[in-house]
Amino acid sequence: MIRVANGQGFWGDWLEAPVRLVEQGPIDYLTLDYLAEVTMAVLEKQRRKNPELGYAADFPPLLGRLAPALRQKRIRVVTNAGGLNPRACAREVLRRAPGLKVAIVHGDNVTARIGDFLAKGYPLQNIDTGEPISAIQARILSANAYLGAFPLADALAAGADVVISGRCADSALALAPCVHEYGWRPDDWDLLAGGVTAGHIIECGTQTTGGNSQVDWQNVGDLDEIGYPIAEIHADGTFVITKHAGTGGRVTADIVKEQLLYEIGDPHRYLTPDVAADFTTLHVADEGADRVRIQGATGKERPACLKLTINYDAGWKATGSLVYTAPDAIAKAQAADRIVRRRLDKLGLRFDEIYTEYLGWNACHGQAAQPQSEVPEVQVRIGVRGQDRSAVDRFTREVAPLVLSGPPGATGYGGEGRPKVREVVGNWGALLPREEIQTSVEVVA
Amino acid sequence: MKGPLSRLAHTRSGDKGDVVNIGVIAWRAEDYPVLAREVTASRVFEFFRDRVAGPVERFEAPNLAALNFLLHGALGGGGTVSLRMDSQGKTFGAALLRMEIEMNE
Repeated sequence: MIRVANGQGFWGDWLEAPVRLVEQGPIDYLTLDYLAEVTMAVLEKQRRKNPELGYAADFPPLLGRLAPALRQKRIRVVTNAGGLNPRACAREVLRRAPGLKVAIVHGDNVTARIGDFLAKGYPLQNIDTGEPISAIQARILSANAYLGAFPLADALAAGADVVISGRCADSALALAPCVHEYGWRPDDWDLLAGGVTAGHIIECGTQTTGGNSQVDWQNVGDLDEIGYPIAEIHADGTFVITKHAGTGGRVTADIVKEQLLYEIGDPHRYLTPDVAADFTTLHVADEGADRVRIQGATGKERPACLKLTINYDAGWKATGSLVYTAPDAIAKAQAADRIVRRRLDKLGLRFDEIYTEYLGWNACHGQAAQPQSEVPEVQVRIGVRGQDRSAVDRFTREVAPLVLSGPPGATGYGGEGRPKVREVVGNWGALLPREEIQTSVEVVA
Repeated sequence: MKGPLSRLAHTRSGDKGDVVNIGVIAWRAEDYPVLAREVTASRVFEFFRDRVAGPVERFEAPNLAALNFLLHGALGGGGTVSLRMDSQGKTFGAALLRMEIEMNE
């Protein structure tokens, strides 16, 4: 059995979590998942400003902090912290944690190859809408293929203490140690499905140990001390989800099921680069306190194509808000929205979208909540999005004036100041035959 | 007897691009047939009609006593394109728990 833990569910997750996982109990592998779809575009912008950036900057200082304990306890680290610049990430890790053997997985970054792919006749049409990529080709910021677990396992076989990849399937971080330790082959579909399922369950960190769960949330203890998830994975592909003893949170079958269904499509075919895992054959059962056993994973042949995640420049946006109070809070907020829209219109400003919602009334649950016609207070939130930055910029001046010139009693403006203009990054999924992606492992120390 | 879905099930929702997924899990496995009968794709689409362009797909996982819904065109573009407060669909799951369904088998 190997213990594979996950200490980061996204870039921005709790900084103390990986340290606690290493210090508060036994683990064999520490995985750290830093990359959401949008993160790659953020990294590309950072790299353009400074060629030494473009990776998850939290990671090297974390390893500096962890290195002595990792060495002493022989814990190996598998992460996608490399982002768009795994080499710079590795360099910084070595500077902060000298003596660790670091390996880089290459091959996911295809930003420079899009033209080549199109010339070869791969259409790269939008995976959801079927739109041709010509719609966004001139505005592409980054393009990466989701790699599977095998190149990461190669890096472990090369003796790496720390494996740094760029874009890979989130679940590959946990599957790679299984492939390495147990020698699972590329067509061991059921075993690979077991490892992928374990990886999927732990990839969002504490969402499987009681965080963001509807299961008895009032009584899930000590969320301030919440334990991050550990998968105890066996050579036969079965596993137990647990957390360190004495930590907060809770692990139950109901909570694990919530995470199993999180951000998936067809549960019969959870597609990854390594296998199409079938979640409908799983048995999920409580096995004592904070232990859930999962068995019965089955898998079908891996897809012929890898998924590309392409980020592109999609213009600019800004949102501004004001708070109105009773009496007639909603009527006042709606009047304010009308005034802003008329002024934008009379200024001749054009946007791709103007969207207004009323926090405290209809923003999240909408009609489903059957909102009351009168509330004590409501925040009107107006957003605009468009290709013309100057129009969006002008919008940011059109909210504050309502404090003096709109309906009575507007407040809540001063704290946030004028709305900020933000870049909009669109995400485009596409498919590419897997033969086009060659991976390699580079050991840097 | 009618009542809110929250009596029989719990949920979690998230995003992929402009698509929201909602996992609906029966608290007791024996209630799964009621969910399967009552919580159809068309009823979920109707329930979210004010904010979802559609279509809505449903998948069944009886081994988990669970359903999974995909709500297409649900986030005003999704990702950083969306202008919505809940641009990642985190609150759709709790909203669905308000749905009134027939509780009896």
